[in-house]
Amino acid sequence: MNAMTALLTRRTALAAIAGVIVARNASATPEQTKEWLSTAAKGTPREGKVTLKAPEIAENGNAVPVTVSVESEMTAKSYVKAVYIAADGNPNPGVATYEFTPMSGKAEVQLRVRLAQTQKLVVVAEMNDGTLYTASREIKVTIGGCGG
Amino acid sequence: MADDIKPRIRVQNTARKGEVVEVKTLITHPMENGQRKDASGKVVPRMIVNALKVTYNDKPVMDVKLETAVAANPFMAFFVKVEETGTLKFTWTDDEKNSWTAESKIEVA
Repeated sequence: MNAMTALLTRRTALAAIAGVIVARNASATPEQTKEWLSTAAKGTPREGKVTLKAPEIAENGNAVPVTVSVESEMTAKSYVKAVYIAADGNPNPGVATYEFTPMSGKAEVQLRVRLAQTQKLVVVAEMNDGTLYTASREIKVTIGGCGG
Repeated sequence: MADDIKPRIRVQNTARKGEVVEVKTLITHPMENGQRKDASGKVVPRMIVNALKVTYNDKPVMDVKLETAVAANPFMAFFVKVEETGTLKFTWTDDEKNSWTAESKIEVA
C-alpha cells in the first residue's frame, strides 16, 4: 500500500509538471460524452424520472458506489428499455449500458465505477416508447482510479 | 490468473408470487482498463468483463454491457420479478471470450 501511495504521489507530481494539457488530452470531454450518449440513445432527453445516487466526495476513484433508479411501472406496456451511464472526465466516456425487460420488476441498479478525476456522471434512460430522461451529478474525486 | 475468477451471487431462495427480488452479484476479475502500466513501463493490455446476461427460466431479465470504467471485481445489484418457481442464470463474458456462469433457484411458495 505504501509503495502505491508513493507511486501515486510521484505520478501526481509528474502530472503537475507535465501540465494540465496532458491530463486534458487523456480524458473524454463533455462533448465526447454527449456524443457517446447520443449514439446510444437517439433524441433529446428530458430531466426527470431518473435518480442518480452517488457520494458527493469519493475518496477513492477506484470504486465509487453508484445507484441509478428510474421511475417506471415495469409492465409489458410501460417499462424502461435501457439505461446508459457515462462519465465525462475518464479516458473513455462509457461506463455501462443496462438493457431491461419487464421481468426486471424495478429499474434500479447498483454498481461501482472508476473515476479518474473529479467529474460529472450522466445517466440517460430510454423508455419502451422511445422517450428519454436524464440525470447527472458531479462527483469530487480525491484519488483518481485509472491506474499508474 | 483465469482460475482465480469466481462469480458470486446472493439472492433469496424463496419468494411470493409477483415479488420483486433483489439480486447481488460479484465476479472477481481484475478489469484491466488498458491504461495501466506495469513495473517495466509497458501498458497492460485491456482485459475486462464486458457483458453480463441474466435470465430467469431462460427468459431475458437484464443485459449489461460493461466498459473500462467499471471498477475491478465488478459488483452489480439489480432486481427481478418472480412469478413462478425457476432458475436465475447469470453469464459473464470477458474480452478473451472466457465466460463464467452461475445459477440460483428461487421457489415460489
